[in-house]
Amino acid sequence: MPATRLRNVLIAPLIANNPITLQILGICSALAVTTSLDTAVTMAASLTVVLVLSAAIVSMIRRHIPATIRLIVQIVIVASLVIVIDQFLQAYFFDISQRLSVFVGLITTNCLVLGRTESFARSNPPLASMTDALGNGLGYSLVLVTIGAVRELFGKGTLFGVQVFQTVDQGGWFTPLSLMLLAPSAFFLLGGLVWAVRSLAPEQVEAPEVTSPSPKETRHERAV
Amino acid sequence: MAELNPIRAWKRLLALPNESRTKTLLVAFLTSVVCAAVVSGATVVLRPIQAANRAAEVQVRLESLLSAIPGMQEMLTAADDAQLAAVVVNLETGRAAKEISPGEIESALQDSANWTPLTPEQDVADIGNRPDYAQVYVLRDADAVQLLILPIAGGGYNGPIEAMIALRGDMETIAGLTVTRQSETPGLGARIEEPAWQADFAGTRYKDESGDMRFAVAKGPATTEYEVDGITGATRTSNAITRMVRFWLGPMGYGPLIDAVERGEF
Repeated sequence: MPATRLRNVLIAPLIANNPITLQILGICSALAVTTSLDTAVTMAASLTVVLVLSAAIVSMIRRHIPATIRLIVQIVIVASLVIVIDQFLQAYFFDISQRLSVFVGLITTNCLVLGRTESFARSNPPLASMTDALGNGLGYSLVLVTIGAVRELFGKGTLFGVQVFQTVDQGGWFTPLSLMLLAPSAFFLLGGLVWAVRSLAPEQVEAPEVTSPSPKETRHERAV
Repeated sequence: MAELNPIRAWKRLLALPNESRTKTLLVAFLTSVVCAAVVSGATVVLRPIQAANRAAEVQVRLESLLSAIPGMQEMLTAADDAQLAAVVVNLETGRAAKEISPGEIESALQDSANWTPLTPEQDVADIGNRPDYAQVYVLRDADAVQLLILPIAGGGYNGPIEAMIALRGDMETIAGLTVTRQSETPGLGARIEEPAWQADFAGTRYKDESGDMRFAVAKGPATTEYEVDGITGATRTSNAITRMVRFWLGPMGYGPLIDAVERGEF
C-alpha cells in the first residue's frame, strides 16, 4: 500500500472520522474515566495498545478465520489482550489501575475495538490494519485527553495533579466547579465538542432521520 | 493414508476451506489455547508484583490511620521494640485464626459460611450479617498488648460507616477512632470525619467497673467519662456511632477477643 494511503488511514480517524465525535463509539468509558487527566491518558494508552495489537493479530490470521465463528475469535483475542493489559497496569501502575477499576476490563466490550477488527483488520494486511488501529486509538485518545484536561482543570484546578489554578481553599481565586467531576459534565463537554467539530466540518452533520411535518396554516387562510 | 509429516499436515489443515468443520474447530481450539497460555502467563508472571503492591497499599492505609489517632505517634516512639502486627481473629472464640493469613481474609469472607446472620435484637449496629473473622492490628510491647486496633462497621444515616477503633492495653479505654468510610450528610453527620471530633475519643472509657457497656455519643457536650461530644444536627449519625461502638466492643463483636486479652491469653 502506498505511503500516502497509509498516512490517510492514520490521519482520517483523528478528526475527520473520529470514532467518538463522528461515530459516537466507546463513549461509556470516555465519560467514566475522564475526571482526571492521568486516568484519561492511561485509559487512552491502554485502549490504543489493545486496538493495535488485536488489529495486528486478527489481520495476520484473517485468511483462516471461519466466518461462522469470526466474532467469537475476535472477542477472545481482544479479551485476552485486555486481561494482559489490566494485569500489567495492576503490577506497574497500581494506583491508577485502582482508580480505573472495571473500565480497563470493559475495553473488551468497547465497540470501537471490535468495530475496527471486524470492519478493517479482517480484510486488510497487518501494516494497514495496525495503522488504522493506531489512528483510531489516537482519535479516541485525543477526545479523552481533551475532555479529561477540561474536567480536571475546571473541576479541581489541577492538571496531572499539579495545581494550575490556586483554589479558594488554598488562598487563591479559583472556585472548583464540582459539576465537572460528575458524569453529566462529560456529556455536556462531549456534546459541545461534537457540536464544535461539526460546525467546523459541516460534512460530518448527519442527515436528519425524520423530517417533522409542517402543518398548513389553515387558520390564516380562513381569516382571509 | 494418514499424513505423518507434521509440517505437511499443518499446511494441509491451513489449506482447508475456512467453512469446513475441521478448520472451524481447529481455529477455535488454537485461538483458545494460545489466548489461555498468554493470559495465564501474564497473570503468573505479574502476580508477585501485584501482591507487593497490595501489601504496600494496606500499609499506607494503616499508617495514615495511626497518624490520625491522637497520641499514637508518642506511643509508637515510646515503645521501642513495639511491633504492630496484623492478626486475623475468630470473633466467636476471640482467638487468632491460624488457618487464615491476613492476605487471605478477603477470599475467606467471600464465603457466606464465614458470616453469622444477626437477629434484630442482636443487630444493634444495623449490619445484618457479621463476619466470623476480622483482621485486627496488635501493638505488643514486651509481650503485653499495648494497643488493639479493631475495624468496625455499622449502618449510618445515609449508608454504611466503617471505622477503626483503637483500645489501650487496659482494654477499657478507647485510644482513638478514625472513620475510614462514610456517606453522611456533608456539614452535619459527615463531621464524624473531622479530627477535632475524633480526638474526643482518646481516653474515653466504654464500660464501667461492673463491665456494663456505657459508651455513648452525648446529646451535646460530653458529661461523663463514658461519653464523647455529640454533633449538633446529626442525632442519627451520632446514634449510629454509639450503636456501632457498643455492638463491636460487646459480646457479639470483639467481646471474646477483649476478654482473652484481659486474661492475658491472646
